[in-house]
Amino acid sequence: MMLPPKYIKEIEKYAEKKKLTEKKKQKIIEKIESLYKRFVYDPEEPIGIVTAQSLSEPATQMTMRTYHFAGTAGIQVTLGLPRMIEIFDARKEPKTPTMTIYLKKDYQDIEKVKRVAEEIKEIKMKDIVLSTTIDLTELWIKCKLDTNKMKEYNIDIEKLPKKIRIRGIETKIENNNILKVVYKKDDIRGLYKLKYSLLESHIKGIKGVSQVVVNKEQDEWVISTLGSNLKKVFNIEGIDPTRTTCNNIFEIYDVLGIEAARNTIVEQAKFTMEEQGLDVDIRYIMLLADLMTVDGEIKAIGRYGISGQKTSVLVRASFEETKKHFVNASVKGERDKLKGAIENIMMNQVAPIGTGAFELVGSIPKTKKAEKTKSEKPKKTEKTKSKKAKKAESKKKTKTKKS
Amino acid sequence: MKKQSHEKAERADIYLNGKYIAHVQDALKFVNDFKKKRRAGLLPYQANIAHYPELREIRINTSHGRVRRPLIIVENGKPKLTKEHIEKLKKNEIDWSYLVNHGIIEYLDTEEEENSYIALTPEDVTKEHTHLELDPITMFGLSATLIPYPEYNRGDRINYGAKMVGQAIGIMCNNFLLRTDTKFNILAYPQIPLVTTKTSKIMQDFPEGQNIVVAVMCYDGYNLNDAIVMNKSSVERGMFRSFYFRTYETLKKRYWGGQEDEITIPEPGIKGHRGEEVYKDLAEDGIINPETKAESDAVLIGKISPLRFLSGEEFISDIENKRETSITIRHGEKGIVDKVIISETPDANQMIKIVVRDERIPELGDKFASRHGQKGVISLLVPQEDMPFTSDGVVPDIIFNPHAIPSRMTVGHLLEMLAGKTGSYSGQILDSSAFHHPKEKEIRALMKKMGFRDDGKQTLYDGRTGKKYDVLIFTGVLYYMKLDHMVANKIHARSRGPVTLLTKQPTEGRAKRGGLRIGEMEQQCLIGHGAALTLKERFDSDLTKIPICTKCGLVAIHDVLKNKTYCPTCKDAQIVWVEISYAFKLAMDELKSMCVYPKMNPKEL
Repeated sequence: MMLPPKYIKEIEKYAEKKKLTEKKKQKIIEKIESLYKRFVYDPEEPIGIVTAQSLSEPATQMTMRTYHFAGTAGIQVTLGLPRMIEIFDARKEPKTPTMTIYLKKDYQDIEKVKRVAEEIKEIKMKDIVLSTTIDLTELWIKCKLDTNKMKEYNIDIEKLPKKIRIRGIETKIENNNILKVVYKKDDIRGLYKLKYSLLESHIKGIKGVSQVVVNKEQDEWVISTLGSNLKKVFNIEGIDPTRTTCNNIFEIYDVLGIEAARNTIVEQAKFTMEEQGLDVDIRYIMLLADLMTVDGEIKAIGRYGISGQKTSVLVRASFEETKKHFVNASVKGERDKLKGAIENIMMNQVAPIGTGAFELVGSIPKTKKAEKTKSEKPKKTEKTKSKKAKKAESKKKTKTKKS
Repeated sequence: MKKQSHEKAERADIYLNGKYIAHVQDALKFVNDFKKKRRAGLLPYQANIAHYPELREIRINTSHGRVRRPLIIVENGKPKLTKEHIEKLKKNEIDWSYLVNHGIIEYLDTEEEENSYIALTPEDVTKEHTHLELDPITMFGLSATLIPYPEYNRGDRINYGAKMVGQAIGIMCNNFLLRTDTKFNILAYPQIPLVTTKTSKIMQDFPEGQNIVVAVMCYDGYNLNDAIVMNKSSVERGMFRSFYFRTYETLKKRYWGGQEDEITIPEPGIKGHRGEEVYKDLAEDGIINPETKAESDAVLIGKISPLRFLSGEEFISDIENKRETSITIRHGEKGIVDKVIISETPDANQMIKIVVRDERIPELGDKFASRHGQKGVISLLVPQEDMPFTSDGVVPDIIFNPHAIPSRMTVGHLLEMLAGKTGSYSGQILDSSAFHHPKEKEIRALMKKMGFRDDGKQTLYDGRTGKKYDVLIFTGVLYYMKLDHMVANKIHARSRGPVTLLTKQPTEGRAKRGGLRIGEMEQQCLIGHGAALTLKERFDSDLTKIPICTKCGLVAIHDVLKNKTYCPTCKDAQIVWVEISYAFKLAMDELKSMCVYPKMNPKEL
């Protein structure tokens, strides 16, 4: 058996460092190989069940400690069981989308980092408005602006009116600190709606990023955010796009592809488990992540994902929505080959798993007696023979009453 | 409560039992007048009135089913119940109804309680108070008031304690020998607690436990994790011996057509006859005699019922038309027939009731508890000679693990031990009702006065070696209860047994001699180990052989009489026998019933 190339590379690196002879190096490789073999699963060992158990046992431990939040410096992230469910259900949008933004080496200065962070954070009108007044007869809204905050956020007051992109209005700056918005339509109700959309309108930064926190992580400045938008963050100067990630698996899939999505699933699941003080071997999570992404798209584990796409009708029907699966199978005339474990357990046959996966190859020479009985009518042989007849069953098109 | 001001008259709607009846201008005046009149006896004392100023509503409730409780009325900062009343009460000159009728005590329901300000003790009463609690103990329910020193325990322990008091075996009523409840337990030698509360004094006709000498120490790890080590000799002397009574009942029913059940010894030849040996204990009338030993499944009442109603033309011999329907002792239970009652129901059917009594001696696995939520299970019965003993020769009945105390913080448990010890040596019964009882200091002083250590610790000697223990050991007397969870009622195993009709799988539950289910997770465990053949064998309980038609793939017919197997639809098709779980065959049948055609395609292996 061969070791993975990564292991051999590491051994070689070590050998170089310690200046080992070729003989010694070979010995190390041999030793590691024998250790490696011990951890390799045997053929037909039900690794899926072992994976499921290895993950779900700690998950039950987690339920006992739900609602325990421990956010990293200011940002509250969903953790524990809710997050695990989020990952494996492949939710399109996580409850708390976050980004971890790494910076290039020449941006490792607190001032520069802060500037980048400022650029990322979304600023809405309501963040810089002190108060608003509405005139119902003249149909205008006046917003008193907070000049100090605007300076802090680096917003030019003259450019502000252009940044508000709402149809049917005219914007003007008065007295250098008041924004006057004139509504062109003659609609009082619309004016109130306008006020709301005005305050919610995007001024600066990346949409959806509501919180930005700058942290120091081992001699390096890292920006973590609440709300994510990878595509736009990658366009910002100074960011290291090779390491910057977010926790939204689907977003990673869109921006970076399926391999990256797989890695994110592994990373996120491992992180959530470890955060709860649980130790799960990474290979189990990897297996699960592989299963979720083999088809080139992210599939959930459950009715609409992996479990719902199994080949066997009986297995699908035994999981959820029994009637639906049986009726659909009968309409299509599906054939169940009974190759899986669950089908065989249902029919009380030896399941092709573990010790049951192997059979004798080659036939035992038949005696004359056996031949005789075989040629005879099946009536007499019934009781002695054909105990282990393999069955396959299929459903043919029939009328369905209701449903 | 908001301070009531009479300056501004607030109007309000009045609802009587949820129905609008009137409107008043001055709500407060109305409410006060109402209460005054009720206290004077002009209005029924069952009526309660609640004022909701924020809703401008007054609700008067007179309906049944409300929870109400008595309280002493306070007026101008003085409780209406005076010492004179108490003196008179003691002399039996007045009674409770006098107090209620004279406006000294009144009953409040939950709604009216919201409008009142209730003081817990007489010392707390201020001018703002409207009522005074009869006693602080009223904050507990009935079972919780049976717990001694409750204020020294953590709240949840009181809760558990109160729950377990309800499960205790004692004497639930004094006429139990005459009763025929389906099942009940009676403690053989009940005692009233040495450390009592006000309620347990009232309840002393219905004791529920025994005063037990307890040593707080470990015993070879046998009392690990809430297990209890018990003195075998004490048990043999009758400690916590109890009786389990079960009543079996049958009716001699009359059926249409003049037929009726028959209570006799069933003759051989009748359907379902159990063999003559089984009926040997029955008397001539077919009913077992009192004080007869009856083992599991023994017949108590021999009974024969008509199988089918005769309809003119058919001829069935008498013996063929009868079925044995005897009443037997439940599987797994035994006992001695305590009494036999033969009577008649209102519709003139003969009724027979048999009460069977079983002596239950404490055994490994029986559950015991003190009154502080400290429960445990017997793990070892130690002969007296091996138990630790004091220099006076006192041997504990129970060895209680000290680790049960710190995390649960049941200080009351320890206090009860000390008080019980004091009480047993001085011959006193100590009061330990919540909030006012002799304090720890007083108990200690009493101990000291009698010449003991005041902390309850004693030198103990190991019964097995005779050596003195290095440390002093806390011993005392505790009121212990035997709880209604005995292994004899729960022990269960199955190798063979009945199956359900529909699925041919083993039945479920102890009463039905059921099997222990291999659940989904257990099944996955076997898969996980790759033990395919073990897995198959474990699910062999409903294995059946069915004939399958190779042409249509459906179940064929096997005619046992003609020894012929054929498919009813495809006549000359070949038929194979297939070994399959019956549950799957059933599933296929059900699929067929919903018009899905499950076709089996058998192949030679």
